[in-house]
Amino acid sequence: MSRKVYLDNAATTRVKKEVIEEMNNYFDKFYGNPSSQLYELGRKSKEAVEKARRTIAEFLNADEKEIYFTAGGTEADNWALKGVAFANLNKGKNHIITSKIEHHAILNTCKYLEKFGVETTYLDVDKYGLVDLEQLKKAIKPETMLISIMFANNEIGTIQPIEEIGKIAKENKILFHVDGVQALGSVKIDVQKQNIDLLSMSAHKIGGPKGIGALYIRKGTRIDNFVHGGGQERGRRAGTEGVQNIVGFGKAVEIVKRDFDSYLERVTALRDRLIEGIQKNIPHVILNGHPTKRLANNVNFSYKYVEGESILLLLDMEGISASSGSACTSGSLDPSHVLLATGLDHGTAHGSIRFTLNEEITEEDIDYTIETMKKIIEKLRSMSPIKNDEDLKNS
Amino acid sequence: MYTEAVMDHFRNPRNVGSIENADGVGQVGNPKCGDIMKIYLKIKDDIIEDVKFETFGCGSAIASSSMATELIKGKSIHEAVTMTNKAVIEALGGLPPVKVHCSVLAEQAVKSALYDYAQKTNKVIKGLENYKPEDDEVHCH
Repeated sequence: MSRKVYLDNAATTRVKKEVIEEMNNYFDKFYGNPSSQLYELGRKSKEAVEKARRTIAEFLNADEKEIYFTAGGTEADNWALKGVAFANLNKGKNHIITSKIEHHAILNTCKYLEKFGVETTYLDVDKYGLVDLEQLKKAIKPETMLISIMFANNEIGTIQPIEEIGKIAKENKILFHVDGVQALGSVKIDVQKQNIDLLSMSAHKIGGPKGIGALYIRKGTRIDNFVHGGGQERGRRAGTEGVQNIVGFGKAVEIVKRDFDSYLERVTALRDRLIEGIQKNIPHVILNGHPTKRLANNVNFSYKYVEGESILLLLDMEGISASSGSACTSGSLDPSHVLLATGLDHGTAHGSIRFTLNEEITEEDIDYTIETMKKIIEKLRSMSPIKNDEDLKNS
Repeated sequence: MYTEAVMDHFRNPRNVGSIENADGVGQVGNPKCGDIMKIYLKIKDDIIEDVKFETFGCGSAIASSSMATELIKGKSIHEAVTMTNKAVIEALGGLPPVKVHCSVLAEQAVKSALYDYAQKTNKVIKGLENYKPEDDEVHCH
């Protein structure tokens, strides 16, 4: 079978041609250091960086002075949490509220900060992966300095009520950080309307290059600088700018903005075709995440009585790339913390597969995926000693 | 990440299925860890005439079960009981370090099925005198 279907766009995306073309100018043509303002090559680079910054700022309804480039989403998350914590710990604030289904860039940073006296509340989620706003309100203390909630979950695609959380944060004068890495390009982000104080972003999830991201920091936010050195990024994140990457990021956002409505319409329809096809053709499946409040490109199912890594290997043989929440694919002992937080038992969580689409996928690709999955699940189930829920309980 | 032998046994597993009225059946692992192996034995005159397996688990779990059944098929129960997880790994041309537990599970599944046979027939199999299946009810590796 020669068909190749890449359905792991939440892991990373193919860099768009227009993005590559734009980036290519900044390797051997305009290679000046943006800090070298006294000659043209340097000024060209500086202009390119500032143009990208403006594009991103406008897309978020932010000011360009509020956008800081980082090496990616993980660095932006690290900066937001550590920067706020270290700037506020000596002001009698030591409490962070986040959720159990955040990316490890958040969870492991919180764990690190706990060594410095930070206390973290990890909010539960319901079976769809939504945080409970009442639990959030109850968790707020006088010491709370930051609420950090992801806009949309990378595994199950659930979109949180960010505007309402932003309101709660504002009413209680608490900073609000949003990990927007998966949401950027799929959800309308408006930092004013949604009262977001800090927003993490990454380029490679939206057709941009790897190794570049940004943190939006609302003017007046009490946050420490992150990388100490020269005066780049207004002295807050030093180091010579990755000009070609920043240019690529800017171009990717420009394209996302241009194609936003058509992308959403097309990908949502493909997503629903895949969801319905799987539900119709394969018995004993559970849709993970929210049925409607989910990212346009995310399909995540648990296939009972089979294990995810086996499914991925068989999919790969048929030319389909996907990912799994099984422990076997992560090298850890437990399956995905996100799936466990939604209440799935370990056995079922091990059998979960995530497909994440993009606009290049066709209806034929979707139908081929459904057909292939049907065969794979049948094959693995015929080999499994677990045939039903009773077996699962008794084993 | 996997050797050709692992992929071969994963793609075309040998001896998949179950045996009705098997002389010995062993099941080890649990769904929490993501691996369960069940081995069925047909035994005549202490010789393993037929063996089948069912496995819930990752690629290397399926390949390890398949290889283990190949290693014991046609052997006497006294030979089969000496099959180690190392033999399974060797026959597969190696396993990634994080997957070594799959071969351990395969060894345990064989022992557990042989134990079941010994219990049912009141036989003593050297090497299984102190074997307790519940000891294999391990925490995830």
